[in-house]
Amino acid sequence: MFSMTGAQLTISLLERQGIRTIAGIPGGANLPLYDALSRSTRIRHVLTRHEQGAGFLAQGMARVTGLPAVCFATSGPGATNILTAIADAKLDSIPVICITGQVPRAMIGTDAFQEVDTYGMSIPITKHNFLVREARDLLHIIPEAFAIATSGRPGPVLIDIPRDVQLETADFTHWPEIGEREPVPSCFDGDLDAAVEMLNSARRPILWLGGGVVASGAGQEMLTLAERASMPVTSTLMGLTAMPHDHPLNMGMLGMHAQRHTNMALEACDLILAAGVRFDDRATGKVQEFCPQAKVIHIDIDHSELDKLRAASVAILGDVREVVGALLPRIAPAERQEWIGYIEALKLAFPSQVPEQGGHDTPQELIRRVGELAGENAIVVTDVGKHQMWTAQSYPFMPGTGWLTSGGLGTMGFGLPTAIGAALAAPERKVVCFSGDGSLLMNIQEMATAAEQGVDVTIILMNNACLGLVHQQQELFFKANYFSSIYDVSVDFPLIATGFRWKTWDLAGAADPDAVLSEALAHRGPTLIHVPVDRDEKVWPMVPPGAANRTMLGGECHA
Amino acid sequence: MHSNTSRTVLDVLVKNHPGVMSHVCGLFSRRAFNVEAILCLPTDGGEESRIWLLVNEDDRLEQMIRQMRKLQDVHDVRLRPAAEETFARLGQVMRE
Repeated sequence: MFSMTGAQLTISLLERQGIRTIAGIPGGANLPLYDALSRSTRIRHVLTRHEQGAGFLAQGMARVTGLPAVCFATSGPGATNILTAIADAKLDSIPVICITGQVPRAMIGTDAFQEVDTYGMSIPITKHNFLVREARDLLHIIPEAFAIATSGRPGPVLIDIPRDVQLETADFTHWPEIGEREPVPSCFDGDLDAAVEMLNSARRPILWLGGGVVASGAGQEMLTLAERASMPVTSTLMGLTAMPHDHPLNMGMLGMHAQRHTNMALEACDLILAAGVRFDDRATGKVQEFCPQAKVIHIDIDHSELDKLRAASVAILGDVREVVGALLPRIAPAERQEWIGYIEALKLAFPSQVPEQGGHDTPQELIRRVGELAGENAIVVTDVGKHQMWTAQSYPFMPGTGWLTSGGLGTMGFGLPTAIGAALAAPERKVVCFSGDGSLLMNIQEMATAAEQGVDVTIILMNNACLGLVHQQQELFFKANYFSSIYDVSVDFPLIATGFRWKTWDLAGAADPDAVLSEALAHRGPTLIHVPVDRDEKVWPMVPPGAANRTMLGGECHA
Repeated sequence: MHSNTSRTVLDVLVKNHPGVMSHVCGLFSRRAFNVEAILCLPTDGGEESRIWLLVNEDDRLEQMIRQMRKLQDVHDVRLRPAAEETFARLGQVMRE
C-alpha cells in the first residue's frame, strides 16, 4: 500500500513518465507541488521569469524531442500568463502538459484571491483539460494526459489541481501504467487505390508538405516519392525541414511569402498531394482560389482536418509516414519532362529572391551565412516578424536541422524561451534564435533564465526599431500611415544583454562582419549578436491578406 | 423558431462530469453555430450522460460532428433526426 499526498503523487507520476525537467514559477496555489518537487532526485526545475516563458521553454523541449514536456504555473495570474504558450502549442500540435495550481475546492467559484476559471479558459486552447477533484484521480489523469498529448495529432493538455487536493492523502496499492502514444488506426485500402490511380495519371502534380510530415518523420519517404514520380515539392512554414533546401525538386515555401515561381507553379498544377497540412490561409491565400485546376489528395492524422477548408478528391486518414510508405511501391516512375520544364521556365522568368550564398549586405544573406556557419545539425528558432519570414525563405534547411517557429499562433516572444528549452533538451547542438527588436522585448526577461542555466543560445537580433511586418502592411495597405509601429526610443540591446550577464557582439559598423559573426557563433553560452536592419527592408513578395496567391506584390527581380 | 429551416438532432454520449457541457457547447458557440435546444440526462447509473442537441442542418454540421468526436469526453456521436419529435413534445410541456 502506498500513501502520499496529491503533490507527491503528481511528482512521482511525472518521474515515472520520464520527465526530467520542468519549467515554471511557484505561487501560493501550487506551493505543495513545489515542495514535493524540491525533494525529487530525478526532476530538475527551471525557474523562468514569466509563466509564458515557462510554457515556451516546455515547447522548446517538446519541439526538439517530439516528447511531451511539462510546465507549472500557479492559479490566477500564473495560469492566465501561461495560456498564450498553451494556445501556441495547440495550433502547432505540440505535446505540452501544463499543470496549474487552483484555489482550494471549497473556494472555487467564490472569486477567491488569485482565482480564475482556468478549466473554462483552457477548453478552447487545449487538446483536453482536467480539473482534479480528488488526489487519487491523479493516478489515472496524469497517464491519460500523456497519452492524449502524444496520440494521433499531438497537442497540449492542461491539469488544474486545487491546493487542498495537492495536500490530500491518497492511498493506493498499484502504480498505474505509464501513459503512452496509442497506435494509429490504419487507412482504408480503397483510399490508397484511388490515390495511386490519381498520382500515376497526373500530368502536373505537386507534393505539399506540412508540419505533420516532420512530426511523423516521413521526410525520407517523401523524398523518394518526389524523385520517383518527378513531383516538385513545396512546403508550409512548419514543413520546411522535410526536404533538403537545395534539392532540385524543392520549390520552398508556398503562400503569403513564397517565391513567385512557387505560387505560380501551384496555380498550374493538376494534382496536389497535401500531406500533414491544414490549409492555413497563410499558405493557401484565398482558399477558394487555391490551386484552381487541381484535384486534391489530402493525408492527415486528424479526421476533422480532412475536407475542413477544401473538399479533397481523396481524403486519407492516417499517419503520413505509414500512408506514404503504403503508396510508394505502387507509384510508377515518371519523368514528366514537360511539367518539370515548365517549372524551370517559371524559375527563369521569376528568379528566386533567396541568396545562394551568405554575406552581410542584406538580412537574407546574413541568415544564409549564419546557416553556413552553424551547420546542418543546428537548431534554428525564430520569433515572429520579418526576420521569421526571411529565415523561412533563406535559411539553408536540411532534414537534420531543427526548426522551431510559431507557425499557427504567430506569437511574438516565442523565440528566446523556446530556444532555452531547445538548448536544455539538446545541450550538444548549436541553438540559434533569429529575433526582432519587437519580439525580443516581449520576453526579454528570460535572458536572466538563460544566463542562470548557462545554455548555449545565440540570438541574432535583427533590429529595425519598429514592428516590421506591421510597418510593411501599413505602407502597402494603409497609405504609409505608420501609426504605433515605430519605436521612438532606441534601446541599447547589447547593454541590456550585458546587464543580464550575456556575452554580446555588435555588427553595427563592424569592419569585418564575417569575423564578428564567426567569433560570436563559436562562443558557447548565452550570446547576443546585434544586427541593425534598415526599416525599409521588405519581406518580398507578399500576397495581400485575403487575396489569392497569384496576387503577389513586390519581389520583381531587376538583375 | 424558424419552422422552414431543416433541423436534425445530434445524439451525443458523453462522460458525465461538470465540464462536459462546456466542451460540447463551446464547439458550437466558438463557430457561431446555434444550438436550438438541448436535452441532457444521465444514463446507466450516472457514469455517462446522453445529450441531444437540436441543430439546423447547416453545411458545417459534418465538421462539427468530427470536432465533437475528437473530444476525449465524447464517447459517441450519431445523427438522430427522428428525435426532433421529442423536442416538439417537450416544447408543449414547457409552454404549459
